[in-house]
Amino acid sequence: MSDAATDHADHGHPVHPTGIMRWLTTTNHKDIGTMYLWFALIMLFSAGTMALLIRAELFHPGLQLMRPDFFNQLTTMHGLIMIFGAIMPAFTGFANWQIPLMLGAPDMAFPRMNNWSFWLLPVAGVMLLGSFWLPGGAVAGGWTMYPPLFIQGGVSYDLTILAIHIMGLSSIMGSINIITTILNMRAPGLTLMKMPLFCWTWLITAYLLIATMPVLAGAVTMLLTDRNFGTHFFNAAGGGDPVMFQHIFWFFGHPEVYILILPAFGIVSQIIPTFARKPLFGYASMVYATASIAILSFIVWAHHMFAVGLPVAAQLFFMFSTMLIAVPTGVKVFNWVATMWKGSLTFETPMLFAIAFVCLFTIGGFSGLVLAMAPVDIQLQDTYYVVAHFHYVLVSGALFAIFAGIYFWLPKWTGHMYNETLGKIHFWFSVVGMNIVFFPMHFLGLAGMPRRIPDYALQFTQFNQIASVGAYIFGFSQLIFVAVVLKAIRGGAKAPDRVWEGAEGLEWTVPSPAPYHTFETAPVVK
Amino acid sequence: MSLAQTDRYYLPQPSLWPIIGSVALLTMAVGGVMTIHDVNHGGWVLLAGVAILFFMMFGWFGEVIRDSEAGRYNKQVDSSFRWSMSWFIFSEVMFFAAFFGALFYTRVLSVPWLGESDTMQQLWPTFKATWPTAGPGLTADGMKFTPMEAWGIPAINTLLLLSSGVTVTWAHWGLKRNNRAQLILGLAMTVALGATFLGLQAFEYHHAYTKMGLTLGAGVYGATFFMLTGFHGFHVLVGTTMLIVMLLRSIAGHFTPEHHFAFEAVSWYWHFVDVVWVLLFVLVYWLI
Repeated sequence: MSDAATDHADHGHPVHPTGIMRWLTTTNHKDIGTMYLWFALIMLFSAGTMALLIRAELFHPGLQLMRPDFFNQLTTMHGLIMIFGAIMPAFTGFANWQIPLMLGAPDMAFPRMNNWSFWLLPVAGVMLLGSFWLPGGAVAGGWTMYPPLFIQGGVSYDLTILAIHIMGLSSIMGSINIITTILNMRAPGLTLMKMPLFCWTWLITAYLLIATMPVLAGAVTMLLTDRNFGTHFFNAAGGGDPVMFQHIFWFFGHPEVYILILPAFGIVSQIIPTFARKPLFGYASMVYATASIAILSFIVWAHHMFAVGLPVAAQLFFMFSTMLIAVPTGVKVFNWVATMWKGSLTFETPMLFAIAFVCLFTIGGFSGLVLAMAPVDIQLQDTYYVVAHFHYVLVSGALFAIFAGIYFWLPKWTGHMYNETLGKIHFWFSVVGMNIVFFPMHFLGLAGMPRRIPDYALQFTQFNQIASVGAYIFGFSQLIFVAVVLKAIRGGAKAPDRVWEGAEGLEWTVPSPAPYHTFETAPVVK
Repeated sequence: MSLAQTDRYYLPQPSLWPIIGSVALLTMAVGGVMTIHDVNHGGWVLLAGVAILFFMMFGWFGEVIRDSEAGRYNKQVDSSFRWSMSWFIFSEVMFFAAFFGALFYTRVLSVPWLGESDTMQQLWPTFKATWPTAGPGLTADGMKFTPMEAWGIPAINTLLLLSSGVTVTWAHWGLKRNNRAQLILGLAMTVALGATFLGLQAFEYHHAYTKMGLTLGAGVYGATFFMLTGFHGFHVLVGTTMLIVMLLRSIAGHFTPEHHFAFEAVSWYWHFVDVVWVLLFVLVYWLI
């Protein structure tokens, strides 16, 4: 920060603070990527603990362990923190580590802003988690923040709105950085259509983030002024409309769904070709499918609102546009399967998670199609069927892809192979546990059990108990994952440069662990 | 200070500014919530946060300016700046889109629905669902306001902002031809036009609050009016501040005819603010 420090840069001898100052001031994409991933892990366990408390309460009908208001706080914060604190930062961590390595770039385009994008997240995290200890507790209005309920809450509601502003700022700056890096920092000869698919999916994700995060900021700003400064955006007595919030929110919210899954598509599209030892089937169609999903995501938002009383023409439009998304998604699933077809497959942990991703994400995709049908959705709106649907796409989709990516690149990051046996144990516990939690929820939802309620009718007991047992199996098996990661950081078999036999791409040309600075001179790609 | 003196992409040293910025935003958020909920000294905490934020901006931007003037930014870095500013302006467009969307939704859909609904007929039978409105409940409670007329201050403000788009372009021509006097004069005129705009808008707001009954609480018309024009006014304030920095830097001899992206970025931003105003003038002031 001092002039002396900047003078050093001219001679190419960077100065690096040590200890905590290294992490606070770092401008290195690998350091920042590592911080994103650790932050995501901590948030995963915080919000996961909330999920286990929810499942504990739901083990029996009737109120067992907590007041309904605290239950509502748990469901709300579980959603907010998993989405904004765990899944999104984890993908940004991958982007930070991998995009410069995959593009042959010396770092991200704006290293200082990159640091700020990360260090805003702990601020928002403290504000969200800290609100549990405020008078009235944390927000309990659902992660979707619908008025009028959200207008009526206490202090923590305002704090949550500001936390969302700060997280949005972080996402926008991070996305501008990622887009600029991809558009401007590729090695000579690495044309866009030669880029690894992970970079493509992040390019499109970053575009979605820049387009929708400001809309969310606008929506929560209107909540803030309705709460505190006398506006009537969402109050019919003043000429406003509470349903308008839902429109604006889901204009952000549906692209957000793809923000949570497109980078997962990218990770899986790197892993499956590696372990099938074949190039990705239909690379160009993968790119176009990703772009189509992104564009369609802007015209489907009201399928989240079929029960609010939309005009019939609107219901039809949003129903059909939503179903259209199944086409490019189907292209992707087909391409992953076709990549494996006649490949020489091996089943290391990353590949296991990737295959589980393809199978289970597809189940989530199909239940999404069911929900896309307006007449069906009227029955299923706000039941456990919806909970089952989005956990199949977010847990066995986004989260499994994150696990797959961690196992895939951990040897490159740490220089050590992880313990394959433990990795496989983690995989099997996760995949079995996950299905025990969420598969019965389909039946609960079809039978009419409403979500976000701490109590339920007696006939739902058995499936709820199965789900709760599954939740504890799934939750505690994640400790195996932490053990695997810590073991690989501490030591283990030395990883070669090209960690996996079938791995292609620039990141496998640098040593393992990747040196602090890579590609200071750009490689030439033919 | 030539451009492209190095083929290496400039990678900055570790920096304390980002974490100072995070501390600033945390302090501001906590102070803001304290102020809203009347906790003692909330205003001071908020102010401290703002002070830290200003300290961070001075320090961080100063460092960027020094890096630039020392010739550390080559063509590729310049290109990064261009991409990032374009995407940043796109994000701003989407922020305004949320509020324009709210205006469209209420005017075209939800307010007319209030007039059609049977329930509303029962609750507030005298309510006329026309724009501008303070809504059925507030109107029944006696809320009265005069909507803002387009052909007074707003029309003058339109002229001011459109002229400022011309003067900033004229200043840019001066810079490109290395005519420093034209650059400085053009920038000074742009700043003056922006400041006059802000002064007139402040007067308009004062008039609306004291004479017209038009407040933030005047139903959905008041809410959309003040949020749209208010956020736009805030952007004019930010733009004018950035123009002042460009003016001071020009006087200090910064920028060359080939290398002056900071100036261009500010002028892009200024034109964006200009376009938003034209939309506001047509959709908020004129067509009511």
